[in-house]
Amino acid sequence: MKAYRGKPSIFKSNNPDEKKVADLEVRNLSLNFGGVKALNDVTISVHNGELVAIIGPNGAGKTSLLNCITGFYKSQKGRIFFNGKDITNLPPHHLVRIGIGRTFQNIELFPGMTVLSNLLLARHNHCKYRISPASLFLSSVREEEIRHRRVLEELIDFLEIQAIRKKKVGSLPYGLMKRVELGRALALEPALLILDEPFAGMNLEEKEDMVRFLTEMNQAWGQTMILVEHDMSIVMSISKRIVVLNFGEKLAEGAPDEVRDNIEVIKAYLGDTGRV
Amino acid sequence: MSFFLQLLINGLSIGFLYGLSAMGFVMIFKSSSVLNFAHGELLALGAFFFLAMITWAQLPIAVAFLVTLVGCFILGFFIERFFLRPLIGEHLIYVIMLTVGLASMFKGIMLLVWGGNLQTYPEFLPKFLSIQWDVINIPPVYSAAIIIGMIFLILFGIFFKYSSQGIFMRSVADNQKAALSLGVHVQRVFALSWAIAALVAGMSGIVLGVINGINVHDLSAIGLKVFPVVILGGLDSIGGAIIGGLIIGVLETFTGGYLSPSLRDVVPYIILVFILMVKPYGLFGLKEIERV
Repeated sequence: MKAYRGKPSIFKSNNPDEKKVADLEVRNLSLNFGGVKALNDVTISVHNGELVAIIGPNGAGKTSLLNCITGFYKSQKGRIFFNGKDITNLPPHHLVRIGIGRTFQNIELFPGMTVLSNLLLARHNHCKYRISPASLFLSSVREEEIRHRRVLEELIDFLEIQAIRKKKVGSLPYGLMKRVELGRALALEPALLILDEPFAGMNLEEKEDMVRFLTEMNQAWGQTMILVEHDMSIVMSISKRIVVLNFGEKLAEGAPDEVRDNIEVIKAYLGDTGRV
Repeated sequence: MSFFLQLLINGLSIGFLYGLSAMGFVMIFKSSSVLNFAHGELLALGAFFFLAMITWAQLPIAVAFLVTLVGCFILGFFIERFFLRPLIGEHLIYVIMLTVGLASMFKGIMLLVWGGNLQTYPEFLPKFLSIQWDVINIPPVYSAAIIIGMIFLILFGIFFKYSSQGIFMRSVADNQKAALSLGVHVQRVFALSWAIAALVAGMSGIVLGVINGINVHDLSAIGLKVFPVVILGGLDSIGGAIIGGLIIGVLETFTGGYLSPSLRDVVPYIILVFILMVKPYGLFGLKEIERV
């Protein structure tokens, strides 16, 4: 398939004068569900241009942490700062506007709509026109619509989903749905992209494609990302920094090699039998 | 034959109103999965508010109608803001029980203010709306119901298809999480669906009040008729609600006309039972929806 392999324009705002900055700081975050402590005093920071992976055994609180950052859960204690602004109690729709986009562990798309309309829906925050010119469909409105479509077409080319743009999302195989969901999150033009298990349920080929997309986005175009993932080989190879959670607490943080050799992390994954 | 046509037209116009108020019910269910048991009371409130506007405030009919619709819209917002929003995140059954409570509360308030007697609006519909064609005679209120129903249907169609708020509402109904992650203000969507539901219920209440007279118990009971309507149409289909309303309305008038007037209120529920046995997801419903 012959594809446009340039840099999609959503990444172009990374030029020095208009920079997409994403500095996230989570301070002493605690989250309880009744008596269950989902997160306990978690502190992490993500700097602009980084790809940080969060790993941990099942039930460690990885998704809870993501849900706190994206405003889906309200934490009881602790604060979250984004670019120096306190975003702890902001509702999700507000967080999207200031540049935090996300995907889900279980795919959350609109199955009855085409791939293109799923992506188009993400552009509503970037629509500038008002109701009166829109109802007359003036040339300014038309131009803006064309601009949005061009942005999406570049994304479609980048993600190599040209052939399925007019297909219903519900009829696609799982791996492609994941890719469409990534595309929709990117269409929001997020400064910080949060990915909850983007490789879950994929076959090897699909995983390789996804790794290629994420690496290109991060290393060539400076997209800041937080990644939650179980596949250790992928996590170790694409991220520069890894945070390990276990039972809602931060166990370790550091470069892949440090984390791999950390005795606490090995215990958390293999069990504390004394023989490890 | 003329008797048949007469009944058919009456049935269709009443069915239109059932369908419209059921549409409000479906909208609340689709966006927030809440079954609104206070729907009949919203209907009655609209009718009484209109009565107060034309008798007590002495407003002209058109103004009173608009004021009532705006009032119902605001009431819907108010209900969502002060009663339902604090319960977001709680179990659904609490929210549904809350609507049962709201129903009793509104009923009590209406009985307190207007009493339990049958009241009527003064005659206000223009004579030219009544249609005389051969032996068929359509009273003005029935043609008014069809006209108003059509107008509302077209307006809502445009609203859902083209306006950004309408698209947000559809997106929340389709997949709430996805909508949330795309920056849709979900609480505003909830508020809006309650407001629109209250508005449409109030509108239906006014027209049904003109047809049957205004009485708290009768109008609330009509509100309960949304259940057979939405179950016939499928709980999550707005178009299904309209068609379900038309079918129930026609069946009701046919029963009243051919069998016995005392049976007309029972037949919708008998049909409801049959539909649940044969097609438990309604005519247009999706398969994975919850049952009442």
